[in-house]
Amino acid sequence: MDQPALKVSHLTKVFTRKGQPDFTAVDHVSFSIQAGECAGLIGESGSGKTTVVNMITRLLDPTGGSIVLNGEDITRMRGKELRKVYARMQMVFQTPAESFDPRCTLGDGIGESLRNNGRSRRETRDEVARLMEVCGLSADFASRYPHQVSGGECQRAAIARALAIKPRLLICDEATSSLDVTIQKEIIALLNKLRREKDSDLSILFICHDIALVQQFCNRVLVLYKGKIVEQGEVDAVIRNPQDPYTRRLIDSIL
Amino acid sequence: MREPTVRTQKIKKDTTRTRLIFFGILALILIICSVFCEYLTPYDPYLQDLKNAKAPPSLSHLFGTDRYGRDMLSRVIVGSKASIFSTLLLVGLVTVLGTMAGVFGGWHGKRIDTVLMRISDMFLAFPGLVFAMAVAGVLGGGLQNAIIALMAISWPKYARIARSETLVQKEAPYLKAARLSGSGTLKIVFKHILPNIIGPILVTSMLDIGTMMMELAGLSFLGLGAKPPTAEWGSRMSDARSLLSSAPWVTLSPGVAIFISVMIFNLLGDTIRDYADPKSRGR
Repeated sequence: MDQPALKVSHLTKVFTRKGQPDFTAVDHVSFSIQAGECAGLIGESGSGKTTVVNMITRLLDPTGGSIVLNGEDITRMRGKELRKVYARMQMVFQTPAESFDPRCTLGDGIGESLRNNGRSRRETRDEVARLMEVCGLSADFASRYPHQVSGGECQRAAIARALAIKPRLLICDEATSSLDVTIQKEIIALLNKLRREKDSDLSILFICHDIALVQQFCNRVLVLYKGKIVEQGEVDAVIRNPQDPYTRRLIDSIL
Repeated sequence: MREPTVRTQKIKKDTTRTRLIFFGILALILIICSVFCEYLTPYDPYLQDLKNAKAPPSLSHLFGTDRYGRDMLSRVIVGSKASIFSTLLLVGLVTVLGTMAGVFGGWHGKRIDTVLMRISDMFLAFPGLVFAMAVAGVLGGGLQNAIIALMAISWPKYARIARSETLVQKEAPYLKAARLSGSGTLKIVFKHILPNIIGPILVTSMLDIGTMMMELAGLSFLGLGAKPPTAEWGSRMSDARSLLSSAPWVTLSPGVAIFISVMIFNLLGDTIRDYADPKSRGR
């Protein structure tokens, strides 16, 4: 498999508002992620990280550029076609509790993608139970509602939901930011375990503002600043020898 | 030094549940009465007995008789079918249609939303009941047309609530997650949006039952609703108002029936609102 799991080129988003100057949130961002690779995307708040992933998952329409997933251009896909794409790409959200429908049980939420892809009720139930075990949740969580569980448990369920359909690319949008440090560690350990289990199959795009966490977890790092990628490369190389002034500042701030 | 006094605060007992059951049962009794009204009447409500016309309330005719000697109690009971049943039908229809319009507009946004909301503004710009009278007048009398007229004036309220709630839910992360799970628009709307917005809409419609019943009776009173000899409460009151001084029971008995049922449905609506609002109850 030579083609990258995800290739993004010249991705641009310009927000236009009447009576206000145009705001370029993401400016010609290009990068690619190889199969099995884990790339970290870091940047301060407002740098456009979430806008980038929202465009990659097509929850937001890009102004320009292209998104190629496993050699397939998904930039302009809509409707049914796009829904098929979601079987290969999943996302874990920043706010675990709010990423589950308050009126549905966690089990329903985790199994939704399976049901949508034609699995029977029974198959889905068994698979949900297996996934929850993998993610370290006991089986009775399937019948609980999002407000009845803690943030860390909810995020585990969110990871289980993202993995349910066996995606090739997993996007974690600040998946650990709203959790406390110990829970954060557990979630990272869980993600690491999943990566090793799946060998070279699962690629991860890990959005984060904590460079220490990225160093621990990722192979490669992309530094986003004011909508542009200012630096990218092997994590250790970038941290040892930062080229861009912003990256330098970022690294200095934690040392 | 004075000893600190310990004040105990009385915690008000939460009676919402009890009230809900109480008014729920009362409303249910009313509805059951209206469904089985034919079997509950002591006399034939349409049978005229001119010898016995305008008889005051007595043991044989508890509510007296009207100008044709028809038993008022029977007529009030039979009238519940037209009044309560058409009110519930009206509220049900307007809730479903208004919500559909609101969710549709809120979900699509942009031009469709703007058009829908401007139309609802137009309907809201007229004083409600006057507009309903105009619509019912143009369509001609009859209970069916009165229902259509009242639907025309009351759908914008539901559309607006549904729209604003949809706009809130549309941005929620769980909808993005549902989209990523491969759910189509229809599934998202019915499985995720509707259950999350139905609370406030349901409360509004429960509170509206009383108002609608009054307005329907009002239209009938003005001759734009039920046609004689249908024993609808509003039209009965209107019909008998010339007898107010000589035989007040003919006007009063349907009036009291309207009063009681409007009150029951209003109190039920209030209770459901309290019940649905977790802030007023704790967890």
